[in-house]
Amino acid sequence: MTPLLETRGLSRSFGGLKAVSGVDFTLKPGEVRAIIGPNGAGKTTFASLISGRITPDDGSIHLAGEDITHLPAFQRVRRGLAYTFQITSIFANLTVAENVALAAHQDGGKRGLACLRRVGLADRAAQIAGTLAYGHQRLLEVAMGLALRPRLLILDEPTQGLSDAEIANFVRLMQGLKRETTVLLIEHNVPVVMQLAHRITVMDRGGILAEGTPAKIRANKDVQSAYLGTGDA
Amino acid sequence: MISDRVWQLHFAVVAVLFASQFFAGDYGVLTLTRIMVLAIYAIGYNLLYGYTGLLSLGHAMFFATGLYVAAISTTQGGLSVPTAFGLAIVIGAAVSGAMGALILRASGVAFMIVTLMFSQAAFLSVLYFGKYTRGDEGIVISDTIRKFGLLGLPVDLTNASLRYNLALCFLAGAISLSLVLVRSNFGRVLIAIRENENRTSMLGYNVFRYKLAAFALSGTFAAFSGACYALMFAYAGSTLASIQYSINPLLWTLLGGASTVLGPLVGTALMFLLVDVASSFTNANLLMVGVVLILLVLFFPKGILGTIRQLYLPWLP
Repeated sequence: MTPLLETRGLSRSFGGLKAVSGVDFTLKPGEVRAIIGPNGAGKTTFASLISGRITPDDGSIHLAGEDITHLPAFQRVRRGLAYTFQITSIFANLTVAENVALAAHQDGGKRGLACLRRVGLADRAAQIAGTLAYGHQRLLEVAMGLALRPRLLILDEPTQGLSDAEIANFVRLMQGLKRETTVLLIEHNVPVVMQLAHRITVMDRGGILAEGTPAKIRANKDVQSAYLGTGDA
Repeated sequence: MISDRVWQLHFAVVAVLFASQFFAGDYGVLTLTRIMVLAIYAIGYNLLYGYTGLLSLGHAMFFATGLYVAAISTTQGGLSVPTAFGLAIVIGAAVSGAMGALILRASGVAFMIVTLMFSQAAFLSVLYFGKYTRGDEGIVISDTIRKFGLLGLPVDLTNASLRYNLALCFLAGAISLSLVLVRSNFGRVLIAIRENENRTSMLGYNVFRYKLAAFALSGTFAAFSGACYALMFAYAGSTLASIQYSINPLLWTLLGGASTVLGPLVGTALMFLLVDVASSFTNANLLMVGVVLILLVLFFPKGILGTIRQLYLPWLP
């Protein structure tokens, strides 16, 4: 089976810092993959390279067999690659409905509204997006990602800044989504990752430290010492 | 969907302008004609600045393109007024499209500086090619040229009343087009670019192409207005290509309310009125204008219609 996403030798440096260094990464269709790793491991840079927000110094990116390494971001989105921002990046002065309508590329369409219903924001459609509570803004981000009908949905730290109740709600939402689209989840919150991911990739210092099922990763001594705390716990 | 009251309001504005010619007197009619022609310039400018969020300091080059193409092609090229008018719009669109493709590679402050630079180069070119443009002195279009036939009907642009109603038709067209555009999907994407360009791109929109379309559109409005100005008022001079005419549409738009369809018209009219009143008792009328603008920016940063929309009429487009 052709992988949905494949990177080969993907690298990007900022000055002397190798943020992402020679990463080979493969994602199968239908998979929910989480990328975890300590701060500065290169997770967000890696996601930004895939989405086209920044360009790589070296290496290649293929989406469903097509080389997208040199495509601008908007063309990657059109090919089914949706990215939701780590720092909420909605249209704060527009209404919630207008936000999803823009994502759905249709004016007042049903698809946008359906996505709002999906994340539980349908009753706030007329509200100005910037006046939503932070947790709801995060949900709007996800709704906008869904409205793009992506083949691959990249969620960058979706639970950051959410309350426990909101995180539980998000996990429920994602469990419903798992059957429809391939998800690349960049996440700090280990319990969330353990619940949602089929497989986990652990990044450290710009490279891949380990990869495997949640159970395997949990048992991996290197991962424990690099990320989960002590290896002896 | 465009609600009926939106169209009703805009229609009412046009109707009031139509009725005004019967009360305004000769001077009033001439001033209002000028305001309407220049308001088209401001309405186009607003598409770029108000809706797309791109602040150009060089739109005088497009205004001057329309102005000089119309003036030179009628006086020196022997073209009829309608042909010259059409040519001015086509060349205006081509020039603004080409300039946009070049200038839009810059963004933010650099974009402003580059527009200013190109516009200054255009202004200096007008002076440099004085043989054709007659530099400071300017080109006067004779009355004979401004009387012509169109579809078998005689048209006399020296007739104040005809000029007024023609300008009103053009203005009504510009307002309608602007209204349709900003309420369309295209307009929504422009607003999205203004609000968050990066995000718009990450929703799969070719941001550059949208910005270029907005730039070319607003440049074409400017050229249209410039051509009208030359043919209706029989004059094309280098002052009209100067920096002041790049700043004017910005001021008119700010005063009336950026990103409101009628704001540029209101702003243009008020600024004319202000200069008129100020000139009656001081030579330093631009100083008055400056003071009023500072007060506006301090107390009504959204302009007149922008403030009204915020406080009373949220549906105002």
